[in-house]
Amino acid sequence: MTVPLLPGPLPLVEHFERGLAAPICLTWELTYACNLSCVHCLSSSGRRDPRELTTAEAAALIDEFERMQVFYVNIGGGEPTVRPDFWDLVDYAVDRRVGVKFSTNGIKITPEVARRLAGSDYVDVQISLDGATQPVNDAVRGPGSYRTAMRAMRALADAGFVGFKLSVVVTRQNASQLDDFAALAAEYGAQLRLTRLRPAGRGASVWHELRPTREQQRAVYDWLISHGENVLTGDSFFHLGGYGQGLPGLNMCGAGRVVCLIDPVGDVYACPFAIHDSFLAGNVRSDGGFARVWRESELFATLRGPQSGGACTSCSAYDACRGGCMAAKFFTGLPLDGPDPECVLGHGEALLERAAASQVAPPRPSPDHSHRTGPVPVTIGKRPSRACDESPLAGFTAR
Amino acid sequence: MSTNFQLDSPWCLDERVAVRPEPFGALLYNYGNRRLSFLKDPTVLTVVRSLADHPTARSACESAGVSTQAMPAYERALSTLARSAMIRERDGRG
Amino acid sequence: MPDSATLEIEVQADVADTDEPLVAEELLVEEISIDGMCGVY
Repeated sequence: MTVPLLPGPLPLVEHFERGLAAPICLTWELTYACNLSCVHCLSSSGRRDPRELTTAEAAALIDEFERMQVFYVNIGGGEPTVRPDFWDLVDYAVDRRVGVKFSTNGIKITPEVARRLAGSDYVDVQISLDGATQPVNDAVRGPGSYRTAMRAMRALADAGFVGFKLSVVVTRQNASQLDDFAALAAEYGAQLRLTRLRPAGRGASVWHELRPTREQQRAVYDWLISHGENVLTGDSFFHLGGYGQGLPGLNMCGAGRVVCLIDPVGDVYACPFAIHDSFLAGNVRSDGGFARVWRESELFATLRGPQSGGACTSCSAYDACRGGCMAAKFFTGLPLDGPDPECVLGHGEALLERAAASQVAPPRPSPDHSHRTGPVPVTIGKRPSRACDESPLAGFTAR
Repeated sequence: MSTNFQLDSPWCLDERVAVRPEPFGALLYNYGNRRLSFLKDPTVLTVVRSLADHPTARSACESAGVSTQAMPAYERALSTLARSAMIRERDGRG
Repeated sequence: MPDSATLEIEVQADVADTDEPLVAEELLVEEISIDGMCGVY
C-alpha cells in the first residue's frame, strides 16, 4: 500500500468503513411470490408471504429512499412484476427521482410494457437467464422459462430499449457458453452481466453440483478480464482477484457498508445472499424506519468496523481477495475469518472437505417460501449415453 | 463533448446528475449514462457545485481555496468528471 | 488503455506493487460502475 507524504484523500475502500449516509446500491425484494421455481433461487421464493409490505408501506419506503437520496433501487423478489401494484410503485419511485432497476424472468414484459419502459432514464430492466440454450437454461429455471426470457428480450429490443441487462448466474453447466451469452446480449442490444453462484437460499442444496470447477473458474476469470468493462459482474467475482489483476469494481464485500437488502416483509439484511438471522439488521416497520436501521443497527456497525482477515491475513493474495464472500463462507459452514470456499489458491478446499466430513450441517438459509411442489423436477440423467457426451448437462440431476 | 478539459472555460454540473454529500465528500450519479463518481474531498464538491456561478473552472477552484500547487490535482479531478459527463461546458454567455 | 491526460481509475483493493513510488497522490475523484458493488441483484 502506498503511503502519501501529505494528508489527503484516502483509498476509496477505507471511506466505507466510516459509513455512508445511505446505501449506494440497495436491493429490495418486493415479494416472495414467483411463477417459477428455479433450483438455485437465492431467496427460496415461490409463495407469497402473508406479511408482505402493503402498497402504502411500500410507498412510505420509497419516500424514505427519496429523503435519503438513494440514487436507485434494485427491485427483485421472487418475481416482482406479479405484484398487482408493481407498475404503480415503479411510477411512484420514478416520480420522486428514485431510479429503479428491476430483475425479472420476463413473464410480464409485453411489447406494450416494453414501449412504456423504453422512454425513461429512471427505469432499467434486468432479464434473468442461466443458459444460452433452452436445455441448459430450463434445467435450472424450469420448462418454458427460456422462451419467456427470449420473448421479453425481443419486446425490449423492438421497443428500442438499448442497454437492458441480461443477467446470468455462472454455473458448471453454462460456463462453456460465455461467448454465446455475449452474442445473445449483442443480438438484443442488451448488456451482459455475469454473476457468481452463491450457496444462498435453494442454492445451498445444489451448490456442489452447480458451482463451476476450478478449471472453469480460472477460465471465467480470464474471459472477464478480456472483456473488461463491457461485461458487468455486480462485483460478484472479487474473490478471483487472487489470480492477479483485479476485475473492474470496488473489489470488496459491500454487505452492510454500501449495499443491503430489504425483503418482502420489511426485514433488512446485510445482503441478498445472506438471508439469515445472523445477518438481520432490523425491520423497516420499526420506529425510525429503514433510515434508522441503516444508520444505527448494531450488525451494520460491526460490519463497518475494521475486519480481521483471520487465517487469511498472512496470505499474499489477501490484499486482492479480501478473504472473499461472507455469504459463501457462512452457508458452506466455513469460518468467516478464513478463506472463501472457492479461494483461488485452493485454501478453501481443505476446509470444505473437513466441513463435509464433520457431518455438522451448515446453517440453513431462512426463511423458505418455496412452492410446496418443490423446485424444478427436471432430471437430466446420471450417466451420459456416450463416453464423450458433449452436453453440458451430462450427469446433472436437478433435485 | 470536449475531450480535453479546459480549466479556463465555463463549466456546470450536468442536469441529469444527482449530488449526495457524504462525510468524505460526495457521490455523484448521472441518471442519463448511469455513471457513478466519488468526490473524495469536500473542496472538490464545493468547486463542482459552484461551477455554474463562475466564469471559468479555474476561478471556481480559486474561490474554493485551491492553491496553485493543488490546481493540477483539481484539473485532473474535473477532467475525469467531464469525461463521464458529470459536468459539461456552458455556452459562451457565461 | 487510459492515457495519462485523462485517467479513469478502476478502484481495486491494494495489490503489492514494488514499482510504485513511495508517494502516490490519491485521486480526488474516482469512478465506479453503478454495478460495481458486491451484494446486489
